[in-house]
Amino acid sequence: MAHPLEIRVVSKRFDDPSAATLKGYLASDGYKALEKALKMKPEAIIEEVKTSALRGRGGAGFPTGLKWSFIPRQSPKPKYVVCNADESEPGTCKDRLIMQFDPFSLLEGMAIAGIAIGAERGFIYVRGEYRYLIDILDRAIAEAYDAGYLGKKLRGTNFHFDLMTHTGAGAYECGEESALLESLEGKRGIPRIKPPFPATSGLYGCPTVINNVETLASVPHIILNGGEWFLKLGLPKAGGVKLTCLSGHVHNPGVYELPLGFPMRRLIEEIGGGVQGGALKAVVPGGSSTPLLNAEEALGVNLDFDSVAKLGSFLGSGGVVVVNDRTCMVKFAKRIIHFYRHESCGWCVPCREGTNWLELTLTRFHLGGGRSEDIDVMFDVAQSILGRTLCALGDAAAMPTISIIQKWRQEFEDHLAGRPCPYEREFAHA
Amino acid sequence: MPENNSVHLTIDGRAITVPAGTLLIEACRAVNIEVPCFCYYPNLSVQAACRMCLVEIEKMPKLQTACTVPVAEGMVVRTDTPTVHKARKTTNEFLLTNHPLDCPVCDKGGECELQDMTLTYGTGTGRFDEPKRHRDEQQWSPVVFYDRPRCILCYRCVRVCGEGMDVWALGVGNRAILSTILPNAGDHLECEECGMCIDICPVGALTSGAYRYKTRPWEMKHVGAICTFCGDGCRTTLGVRNDRIIRGDNRDASGINGEFLCIKGRYGFDFTQHAERLKTPLARIDGELKPVSWAQALETVARRWRAIQQQGGRFGVIGSTRALNEESYQLQRLARQVLGTNNIDHHRSADLPTLYDALAGTSATGSAPPLAAAASLKTASAVLLVGGDPTYEHPLLAWNVRWGYRLSGTRLYVLHHREIKLRRQAHRMAVVAEGAEGAAVRYLAGQGGAVAARLSAVGPAEEKRYPQLPPPDPQPISGGLEEFKAELEKESNVVIIFGSELRGDDIRALVALGGRLAGQTRYIGLADHSNSHGAADMGLYPDLLPGYESVSDAAARGRFEALWGARLPAEAGLNQREMAEALDRGELAALYVVGANPLRLDPVNPANLRRSFLVVQDLFLTETAKEADIVLPALAAYEKTGTLTNTCGEVQATRRAAAWPGGKSDLEIIHALARLMGVDFGRPDPDRVFAEIRAHVKGYNVSVVQLAAGRSALAVPLNGAVPHRSAPHLIRSNHDTLFSDGTLGRYSHAINEVMEKRLLLPGQAR
Repeated sequence: MAHPLEIRVVSKRFDDPSAATLKGYLASDGYKALEKALKMKPEAIIEEVKTSALRGRGGAGFPTGLKWSFIPRQSPKPKYVVCNADESEPGTCKDRLIMQFDPFSLLEGMAIAGIAIGAERGFIYVRGEYRYLIDILDRAIAEAYDAGYLGKKLRGTNFHFDLMTHTGAGAYECGEESALLESLEGKRGIPRIKPPFPATSGLYGCPTVINNVETLASVPHIILNGGEWFLKLGLPKAGGVKLTCLSGHVHNPGVYELPLGFPMRRLIEEIGGGVQGGALKAVVPGGSSTPLLNAEEALGVNLDFDSVAKLGSFLGSGGVVVVNDRTCMVKFAKRIIHFYRHESCGWCVPCREGTNWLELTLTRFHLGGGRSEDIDVMFDVAQSILGRTLCALGDAAAMPTISIIQKWRQEFEDHLAGRPCPYEREFAHA
Repeated sequence: MPENNSVHLTIDGRAITVPAGTLLIEACRAVNIEVPCFCYYPNLSVQAACRMCLVEIEKMPKLQTACTVPVAEGMVVRTDTPTVHKARKTTNEFLLTNHPLDCPVCDKGGECELQDMTLTYGTGTGRFDEPKRHRDEQQWSPVVFYDRPRCILCYRCVRVCGEGMDVWALGVGNRAILSTILPNAGDHLECEECGMCIDICPVGALTSGAYRYKTRPWEMKHVGAICTFCGDGCRTTLGVRNDRIIRGDNRDASGINGEFLCIKGRYGFDFTQHAERLKTPLARIDGELKPVSWAQALETVARRWRAIQQQGGRFGVIGSTRALNEESYQLQRLARQVLGTNNIDHHRSADLPTLYDALAGTSATGSAPPLAAAASLKTASAVLLVGGDPTYEHPLLAWNVRWGYRLSGTRLYVLHHREIKLRRQAHRMAVVAEGAEGAAVRYLAGQGGAVAARLSAVGPAEEKRYPQLPPPDPQPISGGLEEFKAELEKESNVVIIFGSELRGDDIRALVALGGRLAGQTRYIGLADHSNSHGAADMGLYPDLLPGYESVSDAAARGRFEALWGARLPAEAGLNQREMAEALDRGELAALYVVGANPLRLDPVNPANLRRSFLVVQDLFLTETAKEADIVLPALAAYEKTGTLTNTCGEVQATRRAAAWPGGKSDLEIIHALARLMGVDFGRPDPDRVFAEIRAHVKGYNVSVVQLAAGRSALAVPLNGAVPHRSAPHLIRSNHDTLFSDGTLGRYSHAINEVMEKRLLLPGQAR
């Protein structure tokens, strides 16, 4: 059930079990946007998306209309639309809901993107762990083909759009767009050297648009209701509403669709029902790769790209993780770095070796084997990963570590004094 | 913007100008600014993996990898700032986190790039104080070992195997900290065993089964010798300790081959130390070969030869395709001047006299020589390959053809009776029936009707999109030889490589075809062994003097007669097969075999053989040597100094690397025999003999400075018409592969071990 503070756009069909069928989807304004788009000029579609100020919902927040406009209009090679459904950022669980409850909105958004950039083929790259969603998507795709919403001559026009799903094999790295393309081509999922960017040389070396599920699912709403309408839901530079995944120590975790610029304090207190098990200590604002905010920062920030960036962090993919004051931040850092050490693709040195070093030292440190110089070494190691890797995974591993050492250095000092972890002892029976 | 294709930029305050498209790291190298790197390797695809080459570029927020950024106009680069130094230090430290510091026992210690980088750019101490991950060493083939902890994952091996060798035997497995290089076949390599992966490894992760734990690099002296196996003439820099060869590689890129070597050049040298190597002369006493002294053996030979001469018996001489130019030259002098016979021949595998004769009749002899050096294949716009199988028989030429395909856009045309491996680089591949190559060439030259051919081609342009992936197999296309001809005729400045499938008149047709193509056509005739080409040039023919001059040409003969102060026979002699037939009939009183095994090619009834006096000088007791009356132990090419001519006609100097106490060089033996026969050839000094060759053999007036500097010089003995009695049936290539080689390879422990353990036979390797 929708929370009263939510503005439901992408999630508007989440409570309607029939929306996952074509019949149900058509009954709730489904495919009206595509019918409209088929009558529009491709440039006009891109203009509408630009007007909406829609920014990529996958984490980087790149303006979607601008990204589409980079695709060369005339290309001797085929063009592709790829949906990044490799949702694997810890703390993020929104795309799965779209694909589960409203798969046709994604299909419709991709077809519209195809018309806009002149692509006749699309791929949905779904993370391997979302096996059940593949079945849902494949069923939806089959229905859409039967009804002429996919395939040759869309709804009797001269536009074609073929779509298929592709399963990832369980690598976080394949959420990085160029690694995703490599994986989609059947190769090892390692990032590519950029430039060239996918807009000029993407899938199979052809011009390619890659967008997140939520981004593409927003497109039909923008086309149907107009870019202006979407823009006004949010902020001038970041239009619309955004799915926010609230998790961690809150009473009501869940995925909530909120306008951009929504205050974090209200998210935690009013929607989340307050911090569970203690007072607020920290907040991960946008998935595990974003630098953490302390309680003071978190309670004063609004959930939009620029406000969070002012605090040196990112809105990211919208995965808000609330951390209470009974949490050991050393252990928290260790858990995050464990993930990145495991998920590093191993291609380049700082990420592969640095994450390993950090996890080993953090583990020793947390178990009580820390030495005072370890803190500075870990900080320096993380700093040495930052900005020196081939893709953003290195940064994703380094940033939370750096922010935790900066903001909770005292906890590290405490570990040196009271070994092993003083926090675990204190709250062992809480 | 500049008008031409050059770009101006500033590196560390120095204004420099380089061609557009140059990678920043190469621009830095051009002005001697070292940017450290591991994964970057010239002429292989870029990886951006090691992050060692990070530099500061103005207006870019982050440090950039110099190996991936092309230069741009006005770019301002700094490689010498505290930020850059810090980045190098930490990257180096990262590389060492799991690298075992076992340098004192590591083969690479002393010539390790990681050691060098750590000394130059690293920190004195490491801060990493956690357990390292150990993994046991793996053996991937008899000659390739992999030590995972030492590996820094620069992926050079993967790329040189795939992109360079087109073998694709190596890949990357697992991810993150567990990433590892692994053979695509699982636990072993299915490859050409070239060892390039070991050679290119910057650390001691890949080590050579033939070299590991034997010595330290600084304990060897490193001698640049020319490989004695196939005809390509690669320089193999031999690591020698106590007069024994321990290692072969060409890491210093000193020869025409750059750093390339195949299995034979890298590991094959160990035949020199084989237990069966002859240590003393042998003489047949009471029907058995028994050790005798050098004096005894040589005197016996001279005594018997003199007796045969007095009785008017006929002599025959078979020369070597591996002996040095100086030795072959003196051998034919011995035959013609001392033994008074033109019955001299060698194992022919390329019909060079016919090629030169055909070229003499064309205008091709104009400005530039119509022969192509091996390196010219790297930049040729088009290459036509007829017959042969360079991948297995001439690995350097194949490496260069692939290089041209990858980096220069060379269009390769292959005309062959088999789908040879170079089809994967072929712009057009025509497969004709076995033996139909000659007819196909005649058709291409406009001299005959079309020949049935299966045509295939790799796709247009697209196929080069991913240098990291194997080129796709060519797909059948229609058009047959007509389409092949039409495409070929669009080309200019073509290099034509032909195998032993073409001989005699086929070669004349090939030259006619070359004459029809635009620009200058150049030729490479594939010859089997390290000095097959030199043996032909030096006149090991019954009817040709050195430099392809006829023995019956009074002027040419007169020049040599004046030079040596002797009368030379004017009648053409017997060729190799005719000599064998004469032996069988008992009409050849004496046969002198130098570094050859003619009885393998032309068997003679042993009972008939006993009636003649057979002298063999060789390294081993070959099939021929076993039948000999006198066997003289000779030195291997690695134990001699002199010159060799490769299959392209490039003369190179080779230097003595090792010693073999019991043996004498062919040159010493020939000179000693001449003296005992009453003719003084002078001191057996290769330099003196080469001076004579330079002065008197057509095409050999090459620069000795160039040779001394380790470079090659193309010898072009074009000499007008070559009045040669064509004998196509004598053009017989052994078709030795990477793993077999006439009489030497079978005495190489390393090659034998690889052969025994291979799961695939050479022809099946893909």
